[in-house]
Parts: sequence; structure tokens; C-alpha cells
Amino acid sequence: MTESVNNLDKIKQSLSRRNRAEKRFRWYGRLAIFIGLAAVMVLFTDIISKGHGAFRITYIELEVTYDQDRIGVENLTDPEQLANGNWEALSKAALRNEFNDVSGRRDKRKLYGLISSGAGFDLKDRLLANPLLLGETEKVWILADDDIDTYYKSWLDGESYAARMSAKQLQWIDELHAQGKIRLQFNSNLFTRGDSREPEQAGIRGAVMGSLLTLILTLLLSFPIGVSAAIYLEEFAPRNRWTDFIEVNINNLAAVPSIIFGLLGLAIFINFFHIPRSVPIVGGLVLTLMTLPTIIITSRAAIKSVPPSIREAALGMGASKYQVVLHHVLPLSLPGMLTGAIIGMAQALGESAPLLMIGMVAFIVDIPAGFSDPATVLPVQIFLWADSPERAFIEKTSAAIMVLLSFLIIMNTVAVWLRKRLERRW
Amino acid sequence: MTQRTLIPALIFTMASVMVTSSAIARDSIEVVGSSTVYPFSTVVAERYGRATGKPTPKIESTGSGGGMKLFCSGVGTNYPDITNSSRRMKASEFKKCQTNGVRDVIEVQIGYDGIVIANSVAAAPMKLSRKDIFLALAAQVPGAIEGELIDNPYSTWNQVNPALPNTAIEVLGPPPTSGTRDAFAELGLEGGCKGIAWIKAMKKTNKSAFKALCHTVREDGRYIEAGENDNLIVQKLEANPAALGVFGFSFLDQNADKVQGAQIESVEPTFESIADKSYPISRPLFFYVKKAHVDVVPGIQGYLNEFTSEKAWGEEGYLAEKGMIPLPSEERAAMAASTRGLVPMKGNEALK
Repeated sequence: MTESVNNLDKIKQSLSRRNRAEKRFRWYGRLAIFIGLAAVMVLFTDIISKGHGAFRITYIELEVTYDQDRIGVENLTDPEQLANGNWEALSKAALRNEFNDVSGRRDKRKLYGLISSGAGFDLKDRLLANPLLLGETEKVWILADDDIDTYYKSWLDGESYAARMSAKQLQWIDELHAQGKIRLQFNSNLFTRGDSREPEQAGIRGAVMGSLLTLILTLLLSFPIGVSAAIYLEEFAPRNRWTDFIEVNINNLAAVPSIIFGLLGLAIFINFFHIPRSVPIVGGLVLTLMTLPTIIITSRAAIKSVPPSIREAALGMGASKYQVVLHHVLPLSLPGMLTGAIIGMAQALGESAPLLMIGMVAFIVDIPAGFSDPATVLPVQIFLWADSPERAFIEKTSAAIMVLLSFLIIMNTVAVWLRKRLERRW
Repeated sequence: MTQRTLIPALIFTMASVMVTSSAIARDSIEVVGSSTVYPFSTVVAERYGRATGKPTPKIESTGSGGGMKLFCSGVGTNYPDITNSSRRMKASEFKKCQTNGVRDVIEVQIGYDGIVIANSVAAAPMKLSRKDIFLALAAQVPGAIEGELIDNPYSTWNQVNPALPNTAIEVLGPPPTSGTRDAFAELGLEGGCKGIAWIKAMKKTNKSAFKALCHTVREDGRYIEAGENDNLIVQKLEANPAALGVFGFSFLDQNADKVQGAQIESVEPTFESIADKSYPISRPLFFYVKKAHVDVVPGIQGYLNEFTSEKAWGEEGYLAEKGMIPLPSEERAAMAASTRGLVPMKGNEALK
């Protein structure tokens, strides 16, 4: 009797201590999550605070006359004439018209520096889309130069950066602002154009297309190969030293730094098979090598999670091994495999190191339309912009990071959703 | 798809992907090479592409050495047509080109680039000489007795030169793989090295020891390799006003509100002082063209014409806007003529 009372006392005494220990343990967990979230928050606020400006860009309103003589084009359907047309003359004339007291070579140069160097070509595109404009006059919002854009945004924020502006230019901007002829607009160029060395004309369309083409090829190659390898290793291969050896190697490959795959790609695909540099084909092949181990490992885990009773039941009904795998195991493990594939693709989307070796780190303006057009990918575009001297590329870099992050978030959300939706619990 | 057809289909896909892709003829120009020339050649490529409506040349930034290696590997559409370089082609590279069948190479000097030593605008501007730079950054410096070398003992700038401030030596600069670093060692460090009489005499007697002494940067943490990204150096200088940074002139030009260039031998790095060569640390920029490719890959002649036009590389051209320092006008005219006429290197140039 006394002994059990003693025990009860002991338990009572220790109870508060154990409760405290449990509480502490929970708090450790919360702290760990808090640290992780705080790091993500810092990253996001930094990127968003730097990059939100890139989604808007400065435009200047000018009165443009599509003067046939000035351009030197008579027939708008003749490509030869269009190529030789003096399109910049349109935007220059419009500027002189707006500030008609500007004279002298130096001042005129500064004046022409107000708008983007591609403005003439933009007007050309506008005219070609609507040939009736030839000879007419209209008011057009024209893209401003990147220095003007940087200045105008910083000036609106109250902290003006005018080191690359001349006194005349500052005065002109003041005049335009007073007349409401300069404003910020949504920067659609960011999503519709390829790379450019002029920040105001630069966009991520080329990089997004390059990433898409590369990923399509990666998925088409790595998913079937990975799944076949996983099925063979899990369902058919005998357990012996050879299969152990293969398993160790696959796990090893999953941990190999990605740059090594780039070197391998350079040696095999470019130097041996003579595939051209910088094309999505070679990028897709290299990323296939890189994501294969991930897909094999996740697919094997998915196959393993199918309970043996399913296989035994099918075998008991007289199915062959091939039928068991194809009719029962594969459909049941497919959700897990797909999740693994999406995670592998997300990894491949964010990869830039292996592409460095195979020439996909390059300045490419034209938007790739096929697997054999030179292309670059989103993370590489971010790297290239981060390395550019022009000030306006800083916000472009952060904007591109935001786009990449949103793609990754979408892919990972789909992976989680698929798993929730399709996964069966046994 | 059943398994019977799956595997052969896969093998077929991979094989056809490889075969078709290797048979593609190239219709766009491929340019490789220096990361310093990259910002300039990309602008020309883009303007060329937009004006003509033809495919825009593809430009890879591989570094001067890496570009030469690719360029000199052979003739044919698998190899690049043009390589950019922030130094002149070396004799060894020219020889490699010749042995690999790249016979006719057109050399084009496009202009100059200044290398600046800058600090944050929050600090007082520095006034340095090349000798100060050498003494502060070399791995070994002359000791008390003539001919003696000791490991660099200096930790503050006023130990190097009493006229300089009493701040710790802390310089952020490019790593050895960078062409900027090569040029900085050759023009900055060696320039200061030659200012010491007995070391200058050594150049004639023992050239390799001279080079090792004058080009080796100290590795005790006073010179910090900050990677190839010059924007990063600018950011670090902004955060640490006591540090100095070494980078190309265009980054100074773009970030004049954050950093200021040090005067070297009382010349400030400006567009004009680099152009008239009074600023001592500047280097020529080049690109090299394979003559054999001019008729094979469409557009090379057009690209060369665009690059050597006054509106591009002239004193008021768009490359000057991007921070490149143009050649003097007579040299420019001569260079444009020889480039457009596709005059190849003769092989008797004074290459190093």
C-alpha cells in the first residue's frame, strides 16, 4: 500500500517536470519553423522591395508624324526598304517638335537620349500593324531611356538619382512632368520581349521559352527512362551484388554537384556527338542526366509503398509478372512517381551551373521557337542581368527572380496537391 | 504505349535528336570570349539584329582565354566565328590557331577600357601612385637593403606612403581567372614595380623572377577575391567605406552616386583621361574573326560593318555611351578600313 502511494507521489512530482520538458520541446520546434520562415521572409521582402519597380516603366508622350520622306520608305510591303528605313528619324523629329528651342549638337544628343534607342523600331512595328497611319500624325506613348526611367522612379520616391543626367535633361523631365506627358505604365515588355542590353527593352520571354523547351525535353526523356529503371530494379532485378552496386551508384549520382553533369555533357554531347552549343537539346540532355537519379529514387519509393498483398492477389488470379506490374503496381504508384518527377523538374528549372559548360549562358535576343534554336534559361538570365553594369538591371534581376520563384511555387504546389488528391493510404 | 514499343521508341527519340541536331547548319553568328568586351559586342549584335531583321548573333561570355581556346579549336560551323578579348592574342594562341587550320584571322582593336580603384563616396577620395598600389598589394616587397625581398608587412595605407590615410589595407578585386585581374597586374602592379630601380634592372637579367615578383598578389587576406561580378564589389564598397575595389570603368560610370574612383598619379579616371591615355591603368580591347567563316555564316560582314561604323564605336557612338573608350579617330579609320576589307593577321605582329 505505502509503496504504491510513494509511486503515485513520485509520478505527481515528476509530472510537472515532464510537462515542462514537453512544452520546451514544442517551443524548440516552433523556433525552428520561425527561423526558417523568417529567412524566407527576409529573402522575399528583399527581392520584392528591389524588384517591384521593374513591373512599371516610364513612358513619354510625343506627337509623332509618320512622314514618308523622313523614313525613306515608299512601299510598306518591301522588306528591303523597311530594313533600310531611317526609323529613328521619326522619334527624333517628334522630340525636336516637343522641345523646339533645342539647338547645338551636344544638346540634341542629350535630347535624343530621353527616349529608348529602340523607339524608332517600336514606331516601325506600330506603323506596320496599321499602315493607314503613314503620313498621319498621332500622339504616342514612347518608351523612355533606362537612365530617365531610373531617375524618374527615384524622383517619384523622393530620393532622386541624377548622376547620369544632365541639367538640361532634368529640366526637360520637369517640363514633361508638369504637362503630364511622362508617366509610369505597366511594363509589358518584360513579358513579351527577349533579352536586350538596353534595360528598358529587356524581357524574359526568351528565357521562359528556353526553360520551357529544355524542361519539355528533360521530362520526355527522364520520366520514361527513370520509371523503367525503377520498375526493373524494384520488380524484376534479382537481389545480388550487382544490383546493390547499381543502387549505391544511383544514390551517389543524386548527390553529385550539378556542374559535373555539365562537364559530362560538354564531353559527350558537344565534343563527341557534335550537337551545337547553347541549344535546348543539349540542355535537356544534360538536365536529364541530372534529374534521372531523383526520379529513379522517388519512383522506387512509390513502387515500394504499394503493399505486397496487391501483387500477391494479382498473381493468385493468374496474372503474369508483367501484367501485375503494368496493370496494378504502376497505376497505384503513378501519383508518387509524378510527384517525384515534378520535384525533379522544379530542381532542373532552377539549375544554371551545368548549363554554363554547354554554352547556354549566352546573350540571346531572338526568342527560341524550337529545340535547335539557341536559347538560355531563366536562372541564367538572372545571372546575366545581375552581372550587367546598367543600374536599371538591378530591379529587372529581382523581377526575374520573382517570376522564377512563382514558377517554382506553382510546380511545388501542384506536386503537393497531386499527392493529396491521388495518393492512397493502405 | 506498351512496354514492347516504349523502349525502342525512346532509343529512336534520343538517336534522332542527336543526328538531326548535329546536321543543322548555322544561320546566326556565334561569338565567344571576354566578359569585358561582352557588354559592348552584345549592344552591337542587338542593334544589328533589330536593324536588319536577320538573326541576332549569339554571344557567350567565356573569358578571354576560354574564348581563344574555343576559337582556335578549328574551322567549321561547330566552332565560334568571332572571339572577344580584353588583351591581345598571345603568340602561343596564334600558333594553336594555325596548327588547327584557322589560318586567316582578322584582328580588330575596338577601343580601351579603364581599370579603376574606387571607394565609397562616404569615405575621402584616395590619391594613389602605381608604386603605392604595388607596395600595398604585392605578395613580396623590397626590404630595407637593396636586393632583399620580404613578405609584404604593410597593414595600413600610411605604412605604404605617409601621405595616405591611416586605414587598414582592404582591397576587393577580381580573381586570377579574370582578364581584368591580368590587366590590373600588368598595368597597375608592374607599373609600380618598375618604379623601383633595382627591380626594373632585374627585368633584363631575370625576366621570369621579375614577372613573378611584379604580378603576384598577396594572399594574406588584404586582397579579397570578390568574384567576377563587379556589381557585387560596388555593393560591398557601399557597405564598407574603409575598403577599396578594383573593377572596370563602366561600373564606376553607372554608380557615380555610390563609389568614386581614386586618382592614380593625380589623374582621375574619367572618359577623357582614359581616351587621351593620361590615366595610366587602361587596356586595349579586341575581337578576332575567322576569315574562312565570312562566306559560310551569313551576316558576319554586316556585323563587322555595324561594329566599325562611326555611330557604334565613334566618339559619340552608342558604345561610348556604354562606357567603352574609343580609339583616336585616325586609328579608328584605319582599323575600320582593314576590318571591312577582311585583312588577316600576317603572323609577324609583335605578340607576347
